[in-house]
Amino acid sequence: MTARRLIIIGPLVYLTVFFLYPLGAILAKSLDADPFIGFGPFSRLLGDSYYLGRIWFTIWQATVSTMLTVAIGLPVAYLFAKHEFPGKTVLKAVSTVPFIMPTIVVAMGFIALAGPQGLLNSALMDIFSLDNPPIRITNTLTIIFLAHAFYNYSIIVRIVSTFWANLNPRLEESAAMLGARRFDTFIYVTLPLLLPAIVSSAVLAFAFAFTSFGVVLVLGGSQFATLEVATYELTAKLFRLELAGALAIIQMLFTYAFLLVYTRFQAGAAVRVDLVPREATSSHKRGTGQTLFLIAFVFGLLAMLSPLWALFERALSSGGGYSFTHFTGLFSNESGSYFYRSPVTVIWNSVRFAAATMAISLVVGTIVAYFLARPRRHGAGVLDALFMMPLGVSAVIMGFGFLIAFNRDPLDLRASWFILVIAHSLIAYPFVIRSVLPALRGMPVQLREAAAVLGASPTKTFLHIDLPILSRALLVGSTFAFAVSMGEFGASLLLVRPEFTTMPVAIFRLLSQPGAANIGQALAMSSILMVIVAAGFIAIERFRYKDMGGF
Amino acid sequence: MPILEVSNISKSFSDGYAVYDVSLTAERGEIVGLLGPSGCGKTTLLRLVAGLEQPDSGSISFDGVTLDGMAPKDRGFGLMFQDLALFPHMDVIGNVSFGLRMQHLAKDEVRQRVDDLLGVVDLTGYGHRKVHELSGGERQRVALARSLAPKPKLLMFDEPFGSLDRGLRESLQTEVRAILKEIGVTSIYVTHDRDEAFAMADSIVIMDKGSVVQAGTAQELFKAPRSELVARSLGLKNVMLGTVATPGVESPIGVFPIDDPALGNNVGARVLVLIDDRQVSIKQQGGSAEGPALEGIVDSIQFHGGESDLVIRIGEGKLSCLVRPGDVSMALAAGDSVSVVVPPHAVRLVLLDR
Repeated sequence: MTARRLIIIGPLVYLTVFFLYPLGAILAKSLDADPFIGFGPFSRLLGDSYYLGRIWFTIWQATVSTMLTVAIGLPVAYLFAKHEFPGKTVLKAVSTVPFIMPTIVVAMGFIALAGPQGLLNSALMDIFSLDNPPIRITNTLTIIFLAHAFYNYSIIVRIVSTFWANLNPRLEESAAMLGARRFDTFIYVTLPLLLPAIVSSAVLAFAFAFTSFGVVLVLGGSQFATLEVATYELTAKLFRLELAGALAIIQMLFTYAFLLVYTRFQAGAAVRVDLVPREATSSHKRGTGQTLFLIAFVFGLLAMLSPLWALFERALSSGGGYSFTHFTGLFSNESGSYFYRSPVTVIWNSVRFAAATMAISLVVGTIVAYFLARPRRHGAGVLDALFMMPLGVSAVIMGFGFLIAFNRDPLDLRASWFILVIAHSLIAYPFVIRSVLPALRGMPVQLREAAAVLGASPTKTFLHIDLPILSRALLVGSTFAFAVSMGEFGASLLLVRPEFTTMPVAIFRLLSQPGAANIGQALAMSSILMVIVAAGFIAIERFRYKDMGGF
Repeated sequence: MPILEVSNISKSFSDGYAVYDVSLTAERGEIVGLLGPSGCGKTTLLRLVAGLEQPDSGSISFDGVTLDGMAPKDRGFGLMFQDLALFPHMDVIGNVSFGLRMQHLAKDEVRQRVDDLLGVVDLTGYGHRKVHELSGGERQRVALARSLAPKPKLLMFDEPFGSLDRGLRESLQTEVRAILKEIGVTSIYVTHDRDEAFAMADSIVIMDKGSVVQAGTAQELFKAPRSELVARSLGLKNVMLGTVATPGVESPIGVFPIDDPALGNNVGARVLVLIDDRQVSIKQQGGSAEGPALEGIVDSIQFHGGESDLVIRIGEGKLSCLVRPGDVSMALAAGDSVSVVVPPHAVRLVLLDR
């Protein structure tokens, strides 16, 4: 019994060494410039109008992005929640695609769609015989807002539509019977009831926009640096590590505050409202007007995915026709760059790091989930919160922490590929916990007892009872871990050695070099990355454990 | 002149007709009880009248105005759902005043009316309670007050007391009926419980499989049930089909004499044979002066506290008898042979239409 409990020590050591220790290193770094006063870097940052401006900018760009995200997400959530139409399941899966795409792919998609040589501009220039691209939104706030909305609207859709679909329709009918117009019913009944779901999903979208890195770095340029980008620049370009540390601490305080608000509202959403099974609530009747509307909606969704179509189209088009030039171009290092690695190496790096990340996340996540699943285990709540902490730390901060923590013996990991995998696994394992825990809690205890009575050893019980039952949840968790690692950008950019270049880093390096050929190759590499991640998620939709949208 | 007229309405869903060719009427101030087993179309009929569903055919008119295509909010009707559907994010006042606020009444007026209504449903002082803080019975009262607030022209109830325990249900029935009668609002009350229908309604409409099988006051229904199903819906114990023949009516348990000459002329006609289970007596052996004896075997005995239901197999049928405490028959067991005396005044013969 005690031995079984001791197994939690493994994940605890892992968390302490690879998460708490770097976190402590960041804190120490942020304080050590002036050990007697202690808050030197903080007062420097808060006294500097540039960094105050970054804090303010980060907040308001996240606010505007969130409002746009909610504005797009709510109507889609309504349609998914209240209407049945052919192809709904497929469309639902398609609408989640942007969220699972690596940020760098999303950013590249927007360049492919709306950049100077993008699909829209070249089409418009052809049609109207223009000399200059008519749409100029790269390096503007507009494209950042659009990309954030594109990236995050499915969070709103997933959380709100599930809640909306289960909302008792008698409430709205009662309002109608009491003389309320449809508008009044929505304002006074539906909206207040949906509010906890809307707020909690909006807080998540806000947190993602707040810590946005890849999108802002690639699409915005340095004049639109968020805290995350500013931390990166302080670390990688200006080498002001104490300021980076202080900025990271400030950002973490914000993120944990958001997560606290999120948890509050999510709990509120669960308690108060009586929900009914969704079969009883959706409408099957459709008039012609509604059919037209639904068709328009489907086209709207497909248009929403246009950055991803554009990515493919641009990757394949070169010099007025279609060819694989950009893909084959990936194999040559014309500029003789020191950072160049063949695409085979890069893809192989990404895939093997992702596989290793998956393995570590699965082991850590499953052990922790087993430990947390026992009801009323002493301190389970505290442990749950502790193991979820990495969710609140952005990728750049994680990378930064690793840089300053693992730079001397006995833990000098800078030259090892292992450092990348560990960083990725810290971001990924909370997803494993979140998918395995519900399945584990839903598993009847009697099953294991029955197996034990029938003479199975604990190992055999695990192999023949637990594993088959948990297989779907484990599959979901591992697919998430795989995708997180494949797309991870912020930490990798800080930690990676040229020989361990991953796909997102390679894309960014190509993009930072001048020339249309490099952009073309970045697009080509992005579409390969998109296909690999999408393939993983086709698996997730097929093997999903019930309808748990736990994230 | 009825105020509500439902004429030949039908409504089908993907799994067939929910309501088929139903007509019914309600007089001003009348409480109409819709009685039938679950799934018989009562709720759909209510939703059609409310305007929450549109009929495939037929029409509904109220006070001489046709309601075809009119939105629920414009009909001025009230509907109390089975699950009540109180707004969980509002307190009692918020719920009760909702309909008044939708009419944009002045604040003072709203407050006054809410106070009055909370008094009517005996919830004075509960105004600021949250919905989840209320007991089951209190929630029913809030839902009633909320439905009454906008002064509906027609108030509909969809089994609102179904989830309450028996005692609370009965006291609420009496109370709600008194309130409805005092206000004088025309009402439709849906239930699958015949005691509730008798307690609440002035007249009763019996539904089965989407159609109305008979309508009338409770007395009319008891006097002349039009089918075996109606008789059973009314809770009558011994309901049998018989045929008019020359010596008397032939039934599965025996032949009964006909005292109505008009009935005796219809040889071959189908009749309902209704036997009052309270007036049947059981003898260990032989007949008596009260009437002919039927020989049978005890099939089953059910004790209900004091009295017992004794089911006796006679011929091809079964006869249910009520046995009072102290009766020697209390000692009988299944399988015992008995003689049953059915006195003429315990038998009612109702001529069926077809």
